[in-house]
This record gives sequence, C-alpha cells and structure tokens, in this order.
Amino acid sequence: MQATAEHLIRQDRPATAGAARWWVWLAVLLTLPSLIPLLATAGALLRPDAEIIGHLWRYVLPQVAGNTFWLLLWVGAGTAVLGTALAALVSLCEFPGRRLFAWLLVLPLAMPGYVLAVAFIGLFDYSSPLAGWLRDGIGWQLPEIRSRAGLVAVLTLTLYPYVYLVAREAFASQGARAMEAARALGMGPWRAFWRASVPMARPWIAGGVLLVLMETLADFGAVSAFNYDTFATAIYKAWFGLFSTDTALQIAGVMLLVLLALVGMEVVTRRRQAFTAIGTAPAARRPLGRRGWWATAACSLVVLLALLLPLGQLGWYASGHLADHDTRYFASIRNALSLSAMAAALTTAAAFVIALAARERPGPLTTTTTRITTLGYGLPGSLLAIGLYVPVASFSTWVFERHGIELLLEGGLLLLLVAYGIRFLAVAHAPVSGGLLRIRPSLVEASRSMGVTGARQLCRVHWPLLRGSFATAALLVFVDTMKEMPITLMMRPFGWDTLATRVFELTSEGEYARAALPSLAIALVGLVPVIALTRRRGNAA
Amino acid sequence: MRLEIDNATVGYDGRPVLAGATLGLEQGEIGCLLGPSGAGKTTLLRAVAGFEPLMGGRISANGEVLVDGRIHLPPERRRIGMVFQDHALLPHLSVLDNVRFGLFREPRRKAEARAREVLDLVGLADAADRLPHQISGGQQQRVALARALAPQPRLVLLDEPFSSLDPDLRERLAVQVREALKATGVGALMVTHSQAEAFAMADRIGVIGEGRLQQWASAYDLYHLPANRFVAGFVGEGALLPATVVDDWHVDTPFGVLSADHRLPDPPGTAVEMLLRPDDVIHDDDAPLQVEVVRRHFRGADFLYTLRLASGELVQALVPSHHDHARGQLIGIRLDLEHVIVFDRAGRDEDSGSLIG
Repeated sequence: MQATAEHLIRQDRPATAGAARWWVWLAVLLTLPSLIPLLATAGALLRPDAEIIGHLWRYVLPQVAGNTFWLLLWVGAGTAVLGTALAALVSLCEFPGRRLFAWLLVLPLAMPGYVLAVAFIGLFDYSSPLAGWLRDGIGWQLPEIRSRAGLVAVLTLTLYPYVYLVAREAFASQGARAMEAARALGMGPWRAFWRASVPMARPWIAGGVLLVLMETLADFGAVSAFNYDTFATAIYKAWFGLFSTDTALQIAGVMLLVLLALVGMEVVTRRRQAFTAIGTAPAARRPLGRRGWWATAACSLVVLLALLLPLGQLGWYASGHLADHDTRYFASIRNALSLSAMAAALTTAAAFVIALAARERPGPLTTTTTRITTLGYGLPGSLLAIGLYVPVASFSTWVFERHGIELLLEGGLLLLLVAYGIRFLAVAHAPVSGGLLRIRPSLVEASRSMGVTGARQLCRVHWPLLRGSFATAALLVFVDTMKEMPITLMMRPFGWDTLATRVFELTSEGEYARAALPSLAIALVGLVPVIALTRRRGNAA
Repeated sequence: MRLEIDNATVGYDGRPVLAGATLGLEQGEIGCLLGPSGAGKTTLLRAVAGFEPLMGGRISANGEVLVDGRIHLPPERRRIGMVFQDHALLPHLSVLDNVRFGLFREPRRKAEARAREVLDLVGLADAADRLPHQISGGQQQRVALARALAPQPRLVLLDEPFSSLDPDLRERLAVQVREALKATGVGALMVTHSQAEAFAMADRIGVIGEGRLQQWASAYDLYHLPANRFVAGFVGEGALLPATVVDDWHVDTPFGVLSADHRLPDPPGTAVEMLLRPDDVIHDDDAPLQVEVVRRHFRGADFLYTLRLASGELVQALVPSHHDHARGQLIGIRLDLEHVIVFDRAGRDEDSGSLIG
C-alpha cells in the first residue's frame, strides 16, 4: 500500500480537525443576529432619548406598566395554584380517569392565548347566545368578559401547563417519596403534603411560574384581543400608530428591564433546584375512593374550559362563516404555510451548525455561542421585532447614503425569517443536539476504519441517525412560526398576511366570530406536535 | 500481516501514559494487551488503528510504516478492522447491511455474498434481517466481528470486546471469537482487563501496567515465568517467600535449599523473594512438612487453601475438593516446582512473605 503525500502529514486529530474549525466560525457568525436586538434594546435603555422618555413617562408608561404588573401578578398566582393543584392530584392521588387527564391536561399548551381569547369572547360576551340564554332564562347576568379578570382567566388556562409539567415531574420524582417518608414519621396525608411534598417541589414550581411570567410579558395576541395595553402592544402602537420606531425602541428598553428582572429570578430559583432522586420506583398513589370523582370533575372542568369548549365554540362560529372566507383566507393559509416551512428549514439548519460546532469543539467558545443563540426564545416577539428592525434599517440607510446601494433588508422576507430564527432557534436546538448524541464517536470511527469517509459517511451514518431529530425540530419550529403573531405582524413584507395576522386584524375590528376560522386552524395545527410528542414520552406520570 | 510496535509511547494531552512499548505479532496470531484500566492499553490499540497519535516510536505492518514521527497513515487506508467496546453497530441498518457496510467498493451481489459468508462464520446466518436492537449483546458482538472481518482486513483490533456482556457469556464467546479468527487466518490484537479472557483468546499476551509493557509472552510463560513482581501479581495468585541466594544455582528458602533450573542473576547472599504458585504446593498427608490451615476458599472442583508455615509465612495451595480440612487443622504438603522464580527484594523487606494476586 502506497501512502500518498497528503496523508504523510502528521495530524493530531485526524480528519475532523480541519472541518470542525469551519463549523465553529459559522456558529460564531450565527450569534450576530441574536445579539442585535439585545444590544439595540439595551442601548436604548442605557442612552434614553430624554424627550421621548419624558413623553412616555407622562402618557404611556404608568398605564402600561400598571397593566403589565397586575397581569403578571394575577396570571402568576393563577397558574401557580391551578398548575400545582392539578399536578398534585395527578401524581400523588388515584382517581377515575387519572392517566387520561395526566395527558389531556398538557394539551392546552398547544393553544396560543389569542385563540382562547377569541373563543372566550365568543362564548361569554354580552351578545353571545350563552349570555343571552342565561340572562333571559334564569336572569343571571354574566360578568363582563372583556376585562382584566377575563384576560387573566384566558392566560391562566393557556399557560398553567408550564407549572403543571414541572410540578408533576417534581412530585413524581421526589415528592411522592418524601411524602411516604413523612407519613412514616407519623404525619397525616395533608400535613405530609404541605410539609414534605410542596417544599421539595417549590423551586420547580417557582421556575414554571417564572416561565409563565415571561410568556405573559411577551403575549401580544390575547392582550390585544382584550384591548388591554401592555409593553408588547405599546411597542406596536408606537411603531404603527405613531410611526415612531424610536419611541417603540425606548418602550422595548423598559420592557427589557422587566425581562431581565424575571430572568434574574429564574437564575436564582434554578440554583435551588438541587435534584436528589429518592429511589427510582414510583411511590404508590393515594386512592381517593368515592371522593375521587370530585378530582375527576375538577380535571374535566379544566379540560372543558381550556380545550373542548373553545374548540367547539370556534368550530361552531367558523362553520357559520365559511362562506365569507374566500381567496383572501386561502392566501393567508398559503402564506402561513410557506413562511413556516422556510423558517423551519432555516432554523433547523442553523441549530445543526450550532450543535455540531459545540460537539466537535467543546469549550467555552462554543458554550457561549450556544447560550447566545438559544437566548432568543426568551425575548418577547415585539421587543425582538423592533430591536432587530431599527439597527438593520439604519444600516441599510447608511449603506444607501454612502454607496448608493439599496439593500432593502428592512421589510423584506429575509429579515422576517431571521427574526423567526432568532426567536425559535432554541426550539430546534434541543432535538438536534439530542440527535447528535446518538452519533457516538465509535460509530464514526468504525465507519472510518472500513474506509467509509467524507460525503459517503455523512449519507450513510450521520443523516439516517439525525433524520428523526431534524423532523422533530422542523415540526416544532413550523408550528411555533404558524402561531407567532407580533413578529409576523410587524415585520412581514407587504401582502404577506398570515392566519395569525388575520386573527389580529379581525379581533381589532371586533369581528370575533369571523376570527374563529383562522383561530381554529392555528389551534388544530398546534395540537399536532404536542399530541405527537407527549404520546411518545408515554403518559405514565 | 506481521505487526510490529517499536518503542511506542502514547498518552493524552501531551502526557505519556504508556512509554516505550515494543512487541511483535506474527501473521495469524492473536495478541492481547492485558492490564488495569487507565494503563493506556486502549490508547495503544487506537494508535494501531490510527485514531490516536503516537508520541514516539513506530508502528509498522509487514515492514511498511503505519505511523512514526513523520508519517501518519489515516485509519481508512490501513486495512485494519476494529471491533469497538460498544460494538458500534449502526442502529438503522439490518445485521446484513451492517456487515456489508465496509464492502461499498464491491458489486452489490458480491458484497452480499461475502457478508453472508462471514455472518455464517460467526454463526449468525439466521439473524441477517434483524436490526441490532433486536438481537442479544453476544450476537451484536459477533456481528461487530463479522463486520470487521468482511472487507478482509490485514489485522483485527478488539477493544474490550466482551466487557459489555454477562460474565457467564464472556468466556464462551471468547472461544467462539477465537475460532472464527483462526478460521479466517486473520491476526488480531485485543485489549482486556480480564485475565480469563486473555488466557482464553490469546497466543501472546502483553501485560501493561505502571506506564510500560511489563512482559510480552505466552499465557503459560506469564504464569510460570513472570518477568517481575508486577506480572507475577497481576497474572494468577500465589505467595512471595523471603529467600537468600546461596550460589549461582541454589537458593535458601523456608522449604530448605532449592536448586534452580537456570542461572540466578543475583550474587550469593542477596536477599530475594521466591514466587510460589498455588499449584506448586501439593497436599500430601504423608509429607513430613506439616502446616496450619488459615483460610479456605471452596471453588467447586478444588479448594484454595491459605496455609501458615511453621516459620510464619503464608502460602497458598490448590487441592482437589474432596480434601476437606477445617481451619486450624495441620496438613502435610510438599513442593512440586518446575521453575524457581526469584525477584530482587531491594526495598521491599516489610511486605515480603505476602500473598499476591
């Protein structure tokens, strides 16, 4: 066997070393888009425009900040109570239908807040059939749904699964055992629950509630359907009502402050989540006997309110308005599908680069690139949109003035897709980096020792093993893009109306009944991955 | 092919773990690197495969250099097959496709015929259409071997091939793997930390420890003619008894003056220690030398007795299991020594007379 000259070069890590460097550079490059909105909003916060801030301080911020504060407080409390209670029932007690509810109670995760908002307003509004029937039949006046209480109910019912999931995990993995230990020490079941299970699960519950708070802060669709001004809608109104992107950016700066406070609290609670699994066998659940039917009724009520009733309501309204959804409706479906498909492909590819770089060259550099690029998932869509738009627009202007070249980045399709990528990279990163773990080094080495290298190796070893993870990542990004409202609304190119922007338009015109059809479509698409993913993990908990 | 490892040094992060290893493996021979974990034996094996660099020395095949200070032939050009500790079967391919994986240069039908041939060789012709997760660990192991053999490599490397399997299965599989290798005539180099596997598989065994290759020899020679205390202790059991060199051919021991079958290296009067294996000590009721039973370990076919000499030293004896003696009982023994093995006692006075292994 003759060795050719190129193989006579001594290499410390044969073959992978050269390619890995390029992946790392690409990963570093990909952090740039994620940094732009952060730096832009942080810059607005650190160097405020006195005139704008003065105006905001007098006319906008008091109401917006107050609204946001009360909303965070009530939704946080509501999801903490509802999520923890349901989790405790499902993981510590035995009652009829428990296994089914353990799974069904996750599903509201699929419903964007604005979909539930459309359904609830349709159901409980003064002019709704239900309200009319109650008023005429038994003389009972429903409370006004388009109020803060109504909004809190809607957001609580869509966001409680964040708390429910983590609390269920905490109770099942250690709470039940802790409870047994407490019972063995002579405590009654209630005392054991309050003294052992809840304290142990508290850091997790707090972590779930903080996720809820970040989602609430970011929510755009539900608050605008309820016409309730928060930071998210204030940014939109400044941008598209006053046409002042500077004002919008200043509001985003203040919003960033709130976000940072939430993230700081999240970091603190995560430190307290010292995980000590006590045994691996699940502890026995407490049979509730006859009283178990009350638990069944409570779980049914939640599923009914958060899932079945809204879906039924939307279906009923939608079927009444099928006729008026014409070519415009189909165009918005087509746009939503193609935007989501493009975002899914682009984001999955970027996530693959990030994950591969981190795997080939583990170290502080790639840890940082992963951190930064997955940060975008925590950024509210409105903040991200304005934070990305302003610097890109001024860069574009600068290039035009300097070189006479029209980049046309702002308001273009590319920038919208980049914004989706920043927001949803973390969603794709988790399955892709998990999938990479399946490609153990020995598989690559085995294929190499048999002479299978380069492109052949990628096709025969890497691709077949990664296919499934890529599909999962793409599906998740696809659905999240479909549901996404503020980024699409603010950054879409002219004529690119989607299902989500249709919902926004119709609700802001008060056409709740007509918003039912696009809302239903979004809800059904959203349910697909949640059902697929929760089913696969088994509904054992 | 003839594999030559010449003064090889391997390590990680610039620190040598195993230095100056030299060994030769003839065409068709099965060699084994035996040693405690972390000794660098897997690193040396991976250097032969081409997955790890060599910090010094040379590895060559039939006189052609695979790696030295200037040359690093990449793994895919060495024609050396490898069986990995975790088997490294591709989970999405059937057993047949896994075995056929390295035959991509062959025409399709020829490749399939060859794959079926080697699967038959390892006794898995029936499992061709299964997926890796549908077969047992021992079967996966044999598929990995078949896959390594299929492209007709010049040598097969096996990295702890049985460590992921049930202990019961290991020795049986070791014999099967040895037979399959011998049937093809392909030589092999294997890494293990289990003496039983090494003895079951290998023609030659290299004991690796304390940063170097301690001895490269047959199993018989490692057991009966260990080169040093490390090998004597790592391979098999026994006792080290204090002794003194009388002259070039004689040594004074607690059993009296014994004559050696080879010239002793140390000058007369040197304090040494003599290796006594349990099978060197024969239980004989009529023997004049009476010793006390200190410990008994019933092993089925035999007892491993620990015995105390009148002078206080402990020795071990392997005795057929119907000779059932209680602790504290006095029994007669005599020596049946083929070789007198002595080691320098320099600096080891306190622990001489101890049991090893």
